[in-house]
Amino acid sequence: MMSTMTSTLPHDVRRATRDSTDTYLGGVASGLARHLGIPVLWVRAGFVVLAALGGTGVAFYAGLWLVLPSDDRFSREAPGLESATRGGRRPRPARRFADIGPAIAVAALGLGIVLAFEAAFGRGALFWPLALGVVGIALIWRQADEAQRERWLDTTGRIDPVRALFGRGTWASYARLVAGGALIVAGLGVFALTSGGLDVAWEILLAGLLGVVGLAITLGPWVFRLASDLADERAERVRSQERADLAAHLHDSVLQTLALIQKNAADPTAVARLARSQERDLRGWLFNEPAPEGTSVAAALRAVSAEVEDAHGVAVEVVTVGDAPVGERLVPLLHATREAVANAARHAGTGQVDVYAETTAAAVEVYVKDRGAGFDPETVAPDRQGVRGSIIDRMRRHGGAAEVRSSPGDGTEVVLRMPLEEERP
Amino acid sequence: MTSVVIVDDHAMFRRGVRAELGDAVDVVAEAEDVDSAVRAIREHTPDVVLLDVHLPGGGGVEVMRRLGVTDVRFLALSVSDAAEDVIGTIRGGARGYVTKTITGPELVAAIGRVADGDAVFSPRLAGFVLDAFAGSIEVASVDEDLDRLTEREREVMRLIARGYAYKEVAKELFISIKTVETHMSSVLRKLQLSSRHELTRWASDRRLL
Repeated sequence: MMSTMTSTLPHDVRRATRDSTDTYLGGVASGLARHLGIPVLWVRAGFVVLAALGGTGVAFYAGLWLVLPSDDRFSREAPGLESATRGGRRPRPARRFADIGPAIAVAALGLGIVLAFEAAFGRGALFWPLALGVVGIALIWRQADEAQRERWLDTTGRIDPVRALFGRGTWASYARLVAGGALIVAGLGVFALTSGGLDVAWEILLAGLLGVVGLAITLGPWVFRLASDLADERAERVRSQERADLAAHLHDSVLQTLALIQKNAADPTAVARLARSQERDLRGWLFNEPAPEGTSVAAALRAVSAEVEDAHGVAVEVVTVGDAPVGERLVPLLHATREAVANAARHAGTGQVDVYAETTAAAVEVYVKDRGAGFDPETVAPDRQGVRGSIIDRMRRHGGAAEVRSSPGDGTEVVLRMPLEEERP
Repeated sequence: MTSVVIVDDHAMFRRGVRAELGDAVDVVAEAEDVDSAVRAIREHTPDVVLLDVHLPGGGGVEVMRRLGVTDVRFLALSVSDAAEDVIGTIRGGARGYVTKTITGPELVAAIGRVADGDAVFSPRLAGFVLDAFAGSIEVASVDEDLDRLTEREREVMRLIARGYAYKEVAKELFISIKTVETHMSSVLRKLQLSSRHELTRWASDRRLL
């Protein structure tokens, strides 16, 4: 009961997430920009302005960092890709923050500014609130974010010290580091020169406050994460059960195929056909999104091509650009495509057919091409009406268009076009 | 003769490719992971590297990143058709992408093309390119030149996606093969350099569909 609810959650509700691909600190600004649909520069500028005006920006950022989940949590990849990523055979997701260099530099700069401030306006004016903020952020970071920290590891899993300190080594990160260092030194110098007495009562009050706030900051993320992890875990369990079922089914079919191949070892065409169809299934499961059949033009075309592949023992390569749901209007197009692919498989004699489909807002176009024998469309015997009846006439009847381009020895290409809305004359 | 290094973590596949290539190219070395690939490429400086996309040690992209600027040209070879892998590898510096089901003669032709400094687009890669550059984009914040395909480049890409060979593309558009190659290289450049938001975002969005 519960599990069915949570498994559909990420798709039904548009949730804001932290962006794990475009980050300086936690990806909050870019995630927020994506969620609100505004340029990320505005959001970043907003945070900076708010931070300058009394530090609300920092608190706001930290809070969002705390409550927004990273979009890593929602990345659902095909099993083959996830496995390759886990095994280190694919590059890790983009890691700008590979790169805690900028963070260290910014921290040094910040500390320098604080110390300079104190030197100018007296001790304690800004130090404690800011120190608190920094410690808080560090704690939050420590707790809320393994995904984030994973990024400063290099691809072999070691922390790269040079990379950690200087990032990609751009001049800006060096400059920030130098500026921060200089400010710290200057601040310390001034502080040492003008050291004065601190109000003791203030300090005790602050210490108490610090304890309480620190406890909240320490435990808060933990409690929050516990709750969100629980929900994630439930969704993950449902998903892995579905996958296990699929994998079992797939392995079963591989076994069947291997048995059939052994039985048909003397018939190369049959073996090639079996191998091809099994390859298609496996590849689809490992590397592509599971697209339920009959839901989209691309999925329907792949299904149609797979059918012909199995029936005629040819390889059909399907490339699709754009996609749309299959409506009533597109059924004739699918039938015509099936006919065209089957024709190519039967008559071309090359064992290879290319299908290309492009879906735009206005229409779906399908191209079926082979490099086979070809024929002269003018001289087709009237009794061989396959092309005319089932392709050209069918498309016309339903408001579409079809064209057959072929000449002997030059292959054949069938072009099908179906507008997505009734075209007005 | 074109010298080639084969990088793939499956020994059986390396053997198969070597056999299929036969005498058409000179296979100077093989490697099975990122470290050995980097070593072999530095040692032999081949004309072309056949680079597996999924490779222990961080994938094929990591090999190109570690070698930095080099004259060696990379042709990615993969069993995965996943869009993220294809686009990621091209943006990492490969001059082409073919899947492992490619036939021997086609692979030889592709290696020759890459060795000459041209791009190699399989129909599937052309489809991805059209997808990635499709749709309207906000006019602000884009580099006009890099962020969209010209009408001609789009036509070439569509023909490649439809399964046309270079020669057939040239004939269909009444241009020379050289011009087709120029268009392909230009598309490759855009694919690699475009800062287009959609392009980097595209692959991850696809997953969420």
